[in-house]
Amino acid sequence: MIDVLIILVKFVGAIVWFLVLSLYLTWAERKESAVMQDRVGANRANFFGIRVLGLFQPFADAIKMMTKEDFTPEFSKKFLHNLAPFLSFFFVAVTIATIPFGSPIQISGKEIPLQVVDLNVGILFVLAFLALSIYGVILSGWVSNNRWTLLGGLRGSAQLISYEVALGLSLIGIVMVFPSLQFSEIVGFQSEVLFGWLPKWGIFLQPLGFIIFLMAAMAESERVPFDLPEGESEIVGFFTEYGGLKYGLYMFTDFMKVLIISCLLTTLFFGGYHVPWLSAEGFHFPWGGEWLLPYWLVVVFQVIMFNLKVFFFCWLQILVRWTYPRFRYDQLMDFGWKFLIPLSLFNIAATAFFMSL
Amino acid sequence: MFRLFGYFIEIIRGILITARHFIVNMVFHILNLFGIKTKRKGAFTIQYPEQKTEIAERHRSLHRLMKREDGKPRCVACMLCETVCPSECIYIEATEDPDPEIQKYPSTFIIDLSRCCFCGFCVEACPEDAIRMDTGEVEFAQYNRKDMVLDLESLLNEPK
Repeated sequence: MIDVLIILVKFVGAIVWFLVLSLYLTWAERKESAVMQDRVGANRANFFGIRVLGLFQPFADAIKMMTKEDFTPEFSKKFLHNLAPFLSFFFVAVTIATIPFGSPIQISGKEIPLQVVDLNVGILFVLAFLALSIYGVILSGWVSNNRWTLLGGLRGSAQLISYEVALGLSLIGIVMVFPSLQFSEIVGFQSEVLFGWLPKWGIFLQPLGFIIFLMAAMAESERVPFDLPEGESEIVGFFTEYGGLKYGLYMFTDFMKVLIISCLLTTLFFGGYHVPWLSAEGFHFPWGGEWLLPYWLVVVFQVIMFNLKVFFFCWLQILVRWTYPRFRYDQLMDFGWKFLIPLSLFNIAATAFFMSL
Repeated sequence: MFRLFGYFIEIIRGILITARHFIVNMVFHILNLFGIKTKRKGAFTIQYPEQKTEIAERHRSLHRLMKREDGKPRCVACMLCETVCPSECIYIEATEDPDPEIQKYPSTFIIDLSRCCFCGFCVEACPEDAIRMDTGEVEFAQYNRKDMVLDLESLLNEPK
């Protein structure tokens, strides 16, 4: 009973963290793009005249989306049309369950890992569910019963196939270096130190794998340099027949993908929640100093560090989204099949070679 | 494949430029927040309804009709502005003036702002310098078209 309660509390905590951050990513994206382009960004939304840098903007957006007409076209399949956005949303939302936020904490002798479920096939689970979320896209394109949305859905699926392979292959290197598919173990391996000073993070062992994963993951999130399925500025995307909150759900899923990709990059390549040189007793600096801390403070440091790393990658992805123009479709395919996949295969071979030395 | 590597260098240069913009602007935003180096702002934005830019002296803004010393319109209803107007937004009805020096004056002078394209031809055409576009007034949006039609009375009493 108590175990179920703990899982429930952890799940609610994780999903609230996930959804609130995704909500504020919309604000962050507007503000960051504005600052990049010498503008100010959304700062008008107020609450009884108080406007704190436009921090109420996501709520204003949500209220606007909710009060819009929930329109289902006559010619669509009603049930599936309503199901599709929730399918997309659900598959992305559950992936947060496997991400570790910090070291296990002890409450009255009971060890509670800061992770909702510690699956022994964590990586496969996340990859599978991220890939499944494309079903929402294809389904929405199909059941809208509109040729252009169908083409949008097909573009989405074709793009997914080209990038999913590179995404999976780039993680093989990580699985070879840290021999586990379990996130908690992979993060555990990254707490070690190389040459006495360098944290043994995935980025230092797998730099090429990191670059491939970054590019393939961004293609997976379907945002601007790779936003062929939607192409909101000119070509007609898969969600043309959606409006109101259901359209908002697709947008929201995009931001959730950005966040989950940041979590994955952090967990797999940047040491997860580990602060450099911080172990369970405190800091052990390579130049000889020591700073001993109580265990709860260590966990707090770790959770803050995890969040900071995740914010950095969200920042990076928004930066990329507001810098590059969209790929042409053949360039996208070439990039996936002729560049990323051979490169990731080369990465696997090189990793195997260096490990056998 | 090798062409892609060249492309790779360029995309990294591109992201460095935008990242530089972000960091520099962010630094100035934060400095301005603490009141340091307020001469340079983090953004070029002017927060419009609260802040307004100065309108240039030559800016063609809302029209006004000039008056003689005795308060009558300076316009002699020669119809040159009505003729030259490309969007045909001026309508004038002339009446005889008892003063033989003036002979004619407009009894109606209507400018339909919803049609006006602010080209300033009427000002250039006027031989009497009776119509000018120098009020500096640029906010004259209305909720219906009727309110956009200005008559002689309101044009004469336009504030400078």
